[in-house]
Amino acid sequence: MLTLKRTDVLTDACTHYCPGCGHGIAHRLVAEVIEELGIREKTIGIAPVGCAVLMYDYFNCDMTECAHGRPPAMATGIKRIQPDKIVFTYQGDGDLAAIGTAETIHAANRGENITVIFINNAIYGMTGGQMAPTTLTGMRSTTSQDGRGEHGEGPPLKVCELLSTLDGVCYLERTAVSTPKDVIATKRAIKKAFQNQIDGKGFSLVEVLSMCPTDWKLSTVQSVDFVNNEMKEAFPLGVYKDKG
Amino acid sequence: MNKVHFDKHRCKGCGMCVLFCPQKILRMSADLNDQGFSYPEVSDPDRCTACGMCFRMCPDCAIQVDKEGVKTSDKKETTDVME
Ligand code: SF4
Ligand code: SF4
Repeated sequence: MLTLKRTDVLTDACTHYCPGCGHGIAHRLVAEVIEELGIREKTIGIAPVGCAVLMYDYFNCDMTECAHGRPPAMATGIKRIQPDKIVFTYQGDGDLAAIGTAETIHAANRGENITVIFINNAIYGMTGGQMAPTTLTGMRSTTSQDGRGEHGEGPPLKVCELLSTLDGVCYLERTAVSTPKDVIATKRAIKKAFQNQIDGKGFSLVEVLSMCPTDWKLSTVQSVDFVNNEMKEAFPLGVYKDKG
Repeated sequence: MNKVHFDKHRCKGCGMCVLFCPQKILRMSADLNDQGFSYPEVSDPDRCTACGMCFRMCPDCAIQVDKEGVKTSDKKETTDVME
């Protein structure tokens, strides 16, 4: 008999995420990849500030917590001191693309041999739905009440496109967790991003478009549609860089 | 027989499994679990094909899917555990 079940790389804790939040799916995929690659004993994860701030409680591998936006800098330090460890960061859009933009860009440009999982849900979740760097044009949030772009907020920041111009970067792919097909593709991308680090190939980042039903003020069904119809249009899926 | 199991205590009632089940054999319970959410029930277990779509879309890893009659060579991922 074949059984699909919860991996041991996740702890037994129930997550604090809202119903329908994409973080839970992304957590499972990262945990399954760690299990499949057999790297649990040497993996060190770095939790961000944001909705995923408590993720160290959910993973059965070494985890640490980092100041807001600084995971790529911390990952740089850990990986350089312990190059035999597998170091990954897990960051949201506020962490990676707002307060942590400098750390992200410079770690990428230096070609640090780390794996970055970037969850893009186009909003600040934990703090209650403020505009994020990746909020879509015209999208309402508590700090863009007339829709983004009406008062000089600029268009959404496209992280994969931006980083693809940097020579140091090895692998960039944008995926989603809004359909079973996308979930399978996301797992393949995450696995490749970890494998690149094992092979010493350098900086790999997977951007995952993810649902936030609570702060989008949508139902689960509507938020899946929002990712599939609106977000995928603003943030096209695909491989943005692959040095192979 | 193929079987889908729900850990109803872990479930947050998001309905993703109901939405993505291709066989449309899941529905949300009238009861609430101890977190206060309704949880999925299988209306017609015999029609479950063990495709695993519900498992893949569940944000809370509250689902286990058992598939009978599969050969080890069909195993695609190590997290597909053979038992
Ligand atoms: S395994 Fe497939 S058919 Fe069975 S309940 Fe889950 S989604 Fe439906
Ligand atoms: S997808 Fe998971 S959490 Fe959501 S209703 Fe189904 S079993 Fe519950």
